[in-house]
Amino acid sequence: MPEVLTAPLVVEFPFTRSLGPVQSAFLTGLRARTVLGVRASDGRVVVPPTEYDPVTAEEIRELVEVGTTGTVTTWAWNARPRPGQPLGTPFAWALVTLDGADTALLHALDAPGAESVHSGMRVRIRWAEERTGAITDIACFEPYDSEPGRQPTAHSGEFADTDTETNADTDANADAGPVTGIIAPARLDYTYAPGRAQSRYLNALVDRRTVGERCPACRKVYVPPRGACPTCGVATDEQVEAGPNGTVTTFCIVNIKARNLDIEVPYVYAHIALDGADLALHARIGGIPYDQVRMGLRVAPVWTEGARFPDHYRPTGEPDADYDSYKELI
Amino acid sequence: MRDVAIVAFAQTAHSRTSDELSEVEMLMPVLHEVLDRTGLKTADLGFVCSGSSDYLAGRAFSFTMALDGVGAWPPVSESHVEMDGAWALYEAWVKILTGEADTALVYAYGKSSPGELRDVLTRQLDPYYVAPLWPDSVALAALQAQALIDAGATDERALAGVAARSRTDAAANPYAQLSGPAPMGDYVVRPLRRGDCPPVSDGAAAVILAAGDTARALCARPAWIRGLDHRIEAHSLGVRDLTESPSTRLAAERAGAFARPADTAELHAPFTSQEVVLRRALRLDDDVTVNPSGGALTANPVMAAGLIRLGEAAARIHRGESDRALAHATSGPCLQQNLVAVLEGEGHAA
Ligand SMILES: [Zn+2]
Repeated sequence: MPEVLTAPLVVEFPFTRSLGPVQSAFLTGLRARTVLGVRASDGRVVVPPTEYDPVTAEEIRELVEVGTTGTVTTWAWNARPRPGQPLGTPFAWALVTLDGADTALLHALDAPGAESVHSGMRVRIRWAEERTGAITDIACFEPYDSEPGRQPTAHSGEFADTDTETNADTDANADAGPVTGIIAPARLDYTYAPGRAQSRYLNALVDRRTVGERCPACRKVYVPPRGACPTCGVATDEQVEAGPNGTVTTFCIVNIKARNLDIEVPYVYAHIALDGADLALHARIGGIPYDQVRMGLRVAPVWTEGARFPDHYRPTGEPDADYDSYKELI
Repeated sequence: MRDVAIVAFAQTAHSRTSDELSEVEMLMPVLHEVLDRTGLKTADLGFVCSGSSDYLAGRAFSFTMALDGVGAWPPVSESHVEMDGAWALYEAWVKILTGEADTALVYAYGKSSPGELRDVLTRQLDPYYVAPLWPDSVALAALQAQALIDAGATDERALAGVAARSRTDAAANPYAQLSGPAPMGDYVVRPLRRGDCPPVSDGAAAVILAAGDTARALCARPAWIRGLDHRIEAHSLGVRDLTESPSTRLAAERAGAFARPADTAELHAPFTSQEVVLRRALRLDDDVTVNPSGGALTANPVMAAGLIRLGEAAARIHRGESDRALAHATSGPCLQQNLVAVLEGEGHAA
C-alpha cells in the first residue's frame, strides 16, 4: 500500500456578528470598564446578560450595573494554556459571580498556582489595556480581597462618548458610539488525509496518469474516485486508467475574476468526460477563444512543470464527439 | 402509537487515527454490516438519517460524501443532523411513528484525528461571550468536576473508580479503543486527570429501526423503544447548576424511565465526573449495570458516541443480556443537552 498522503489544511474565518440591544450595552460597557447585567423575569440578575430569559425565553431588557469584584463559584487549573486562551501562562478557568449578579461569568483567573485557588475566593476584573467592546476587554480575573454585598443599580445602557472614564484611557478605547457587532476570528488547523481511493488517484497524477476506480456492481468508472459508488453504496477498488483526452460535456463562461486567481476573464470552465470515465470532472479550457468552446469539443490536459494536476485542458484538433457518445454524462 | 424497535447495530473498532481512510471509507463497512444483519438493502429502507459534524475533520459538506456509502440512487428519503447520531435516531423514530416509514437506517461518524478536538469543540460555544476565550472541552468538564467535588458529590478517588471500572469492562468489548488497567496519569485540567478524560477517537456506528411486525421479522429479539425524549438547558454555563442535570431528569421522566427499574444503563459520559451527575439524574442504584461496554471513556468518536450508547443497550437486549435498559446521549459542554431512551425486550431474557 502506498504511503498515506497528508497535507496541512487551515480553516479560518473572521466571523462578523451583530449584537442585540442587551449584548450591545454589555460589550459597550466593558469598553468603558463597566459591567452590566440584565434582570430576568424571576428577578435574578444575569451576567453576562442575554437578550432573553434563560428559563422562560421571554425578551428581557432591564439593565443593571454590577460590580467588578466577585466570587469564584468553581474553577479548574489549566497548567498548559492552549492557543487563543486569555493567558499564555498557567491559569485557572473560573466561573465568577460578580457582586450584584446572580449568575456566573466564565473567564481566566491569573493566580500563582492551583494551591492558591479555591471556590469562594474573592477576585476582581483586570481590564485589558486596549478595549474594543468584546469579552476579551476583560483580560482576566485576579485575586483581590474585598467585601461582597454590592447591590445592582439601574443603568440606561448608554455610555457617553467622552465620559470621564473613557477620557482617561487611550484614544483607541474612547471610540465613539455603542458597540453594535463583533468580529471574532477563528482558525482551526487540520492535517488533511484524503483516504485510500483519492490517495491512489493523487499518487498516479504524479506520473501524469489519471486513474479512476470502477464500481464492482454497476461497472461505472469514477474519475476522480471518492471511495464509494454513490449509486450502489459499495467501495470502488479496481483501478482503471482514463483519458488522458476527453470530451467537453457542458461548460460555462466565467466573467468575474475570482480572488487570488490569476486567470484572465472571460474564460471557460467545463465538465470533461475523460475517455473511459463514467463521470465528468471539471477543469478550465484554454488554447481556444472562449466563445468557440462547444459541447463535444475534444480536449487534452496541459501540464506545467512540477504540477501535481493539469493546469487546464486544450483542444486536440480531433473532430467533435457525437452527442450520443456523451449524453449520459451531462 | 406504533411500536418501534432497534433491530440491528454495528460499529467500527474505534481508533486514535484513521489516516488511510476517508470518512466514507471508514463508515461504509459499518453500513454494510448493519444491513447484512437484517438482510435489508438500501432500496428497502423507508428513511435514512445521519449525524456528523464537518468541523471535526475540517471537511465541508462531508455528510454528502458519506451518503455515497449508502448508495442513494434511486433517490432515498434522507436527512442529516449536525448533532450526535442519537438525535438522528430520534428524527427517524418520529418519522416511523408518523407512519411515513416502516424502517430506517441511522448512522453517525466522527473523524477527530485530523484536527485538535479540544480546540474544535470550542467552536460550538456561545460566539459572543465564551468562544473568543477558547475554553477547551476538558477545561469545561473540569469546572463541572470541581463543582461536584466542592458539593461533596464525589472526589478524585471515586472518579478514578469510574475510570477503572469502565476500562475493565471495555476489555470484553472488541470495539473499544482503550481497555485494561491504566494509571490515572497527570492532571490534564485539574481536577481531571488523563484517566478521567475520553480518548480522541475516529469511528462510526449505525443502527436499523423498524416498526411492529417488520421489526419482529428482522430481529429475533427486537429492542423496543418504550420512550425517547431529549431536553436542553440554558446555554450559559454560569446560569446552570453544573452539579445537576435537570434536562436528563426531565427527558427520563418523559421517556418513562422511572416507571420501572432498568437492569442496564448505557450513559454517554465522556468524563468520569459526568457519570456522577447522570447517575443522580437518572436515580440509578447499584443494582443497575452501568456502561458494560466501557462507555465513552474507552472510545469516544464524537457524533457517534451517543448513538453507540443506544446501540450497545439495544445489542444487550438482542443478545438476551438485558430486559430493560436505559440509553443516554449528550451534546454540548457539561451535559448541556440530553437524550434518554427506554429500551425493552419481549419475554424474559435467557
Ligand atoms: Zn455502482
